[in-house]
Amino acid sequence: MITAKYRKSELISNYFILTLLALFCILPILLMFFNSIKPQEEFGVNPLGFPMSIRLENFVDAWILGEYAQIFLNSSKLVVGTLILNLTISGLAGFSLAKLNPKGSDVFLLYLLVGISIPAQMFILPLFLLWKELGLMNTHIGLIIIYAGLNAPFATFLIRSYMVQLPDELFEAAKIDGASTLQLFYKIALPISWPVFLTAGLVVGLAVWNEFLFALTFIQDESSKPIATILFAFQSRFENDWGLVNASAVMMLAPVVILFMFFQKRFIAGLTSGASKG
Amino acid sequence: MKFLLSKQYIAWYFLVPVLIVHFLVVALPSVLSLALALTDWNGFGKINYVGLENFYELFDDRYFKKAVWHNIIWTCLFLTIPIALALTCAYLLTGIKRGQMIYRLCFFFPYMLASIISCQIWKFIFHPLYGFPAWLNSKSIDLIPAVSPFTIKETSLYAVAFVDGWHFWGFLVVIYITGMYQVDNSLYEAADIEGATKFQKFRFVTFPLIRPVFIFSLVIIIIWSIPTFDYIWILTQGGPAYSSEVVATNLYSQAFDRFNVGYSSAIGTLMCIYTIFIVSIFAILRKLGWEI
Repeated sequence: MITAKYRKSELISNYFILTLLALFCILPILLMFFNSIKPQEEFGVNPLGFPMSIRLENFVDAWILGEYAQIFLNSSKLVVGTLILNLTISGLAGFSLAKLNPKGSDVFLLYLLVGISIPAQMFILPLFLLWKELGLMNTHIGLIIIYAGLNAPFATFLIRSYMVQLPDELFEAAKIDGASTLQLFYKIALPISWPVFLTAGLVVGLAVWNEFLFALTFIQDESSKPIATILFAFQSRFENDWGLVNASAVMMLAPVVILFMFFQKRFIAGLTSGASKG
Repeated sequence: MKFLLSKQYIAWYFLVPVLIVHFLVVALPSVLSLALALTDWNGFGKINYVGLENFYELFDDRYFKKAVWHNIIWTCLFLTIPIALALTCAYLLTGIKRGQMIYRLCFFFPYMLASIISCQIWKFIFHPLYGFPAWLNSKSIDLIPAVSPFTIKETSLYAVAFVDGWHFWGFLVVIYITGMYQVDNSLYEAADIEGATKFQKFRFVTFPLIRPVFIFSLVIIIIWSIPTFDYIWILTQGGPAYSSEVVATNLYSQAFDRFNVGYSSAIGTLMCIYTIFIVSIFAILRKLGWEI
């Protein structure tokens, strides 16, 4: 910890600047919460302040007008499906890279690194044509495969770096008892690696929930769209009904806020994990 | 059959699922894109090989050149303002103890927002009737005209960059402060004894030690600035009059509005070459023994 001595006046100015910057980050988000419970009439007189009267029906209206029961189900399907597929394949690969030392794993790691660097725009159009050929356009499974593939390098690296630290003796002992390699994975590595799967799951889940570009391109059926692209359409359709627009955004944000309250450290560690490795 | 079950093969079986999915989603379409960049295909009919024609055309394309220029501005903006702000902020944060975690969470939280939500928040704040400039005007403070900056040619690009920067800079604060906590306290004490000023302490003690994280942040900003898309597409769609068009939005409209498959693949290829070029430069510098 840093205990560099600060004079009192310095400390006060530090707090002052930091508080200003924190308000700059948080006030706009608070404003969205305030505006989500304001009745439409209030926007004319009090668009930026604390709500004078509260109208919770905005949420009900947005839920019904936007047919959000279906939309949130779509988003949840995408998140759950991606997590199952992505964590399975990345878990297997991470385990192999950490404990089985496959020959040529350097090449595989380099492939994943290059894979992370390629901008999405490089392959989005051919992927679109390919998905059309395969009949995967407008299907959730099609988008789930894309999300699982896009997030696979990140999850694989994260899981690998965790499993490398597991003691080899654990696996040796089980091998002597006659466990197969697959059993080593799901009976030994998996149960003790849950923290890294939780971190990877939170980061990947957030990325899928928030994702815009691929959702915009690959799901064009109104009824199958996830919340991110529905909100994009909603914004232009209900341009002037700010109460409804803000209530929709709050509903999209709510699960993120709740999960963030429980798992702040994991979210931050997961989202910045590239930085510590340098 | 037995050799298929030998240890080496089993290790690779575990890698196969990732390889298949990643190959199908990223590698195969990327290779297809390289090939399509050399054709004049428009999604229908015959595919004609045209060599480097698309690339020549791109270098003459006024709108493409404008988009590239906007990407350069974008990169420069992100390499300066958010970094300066985040470094200051992280440095100040290390000096306080009480409430440090709360501040950190406040700074980081916008980074968790979906692009669509950040855009919506700021679209409202800059709204010509309800927004902050309008409120200032109603108090007869004519600091900013009450028009949405997203709809004016001169400001649209900067306004979008501001929103994206607002969402992003807290991420930098967190990675810098993690680096700063690895700085040994005795170094600061030694600097105090030498009578170093606050800035000198930052320049000669803190900064050299967070250099790896700092360089990392430069690399990701340069790499992430190239495919920047969401904020521009949501707020302005590249307009008005191409004033906020960047390479990614240019490619997107070529690809999905006009279906110029060959042409947009050529743009994608250039983006990819540039990214790999930047990444290799840093990889080579690191190999050469630069401490980055």
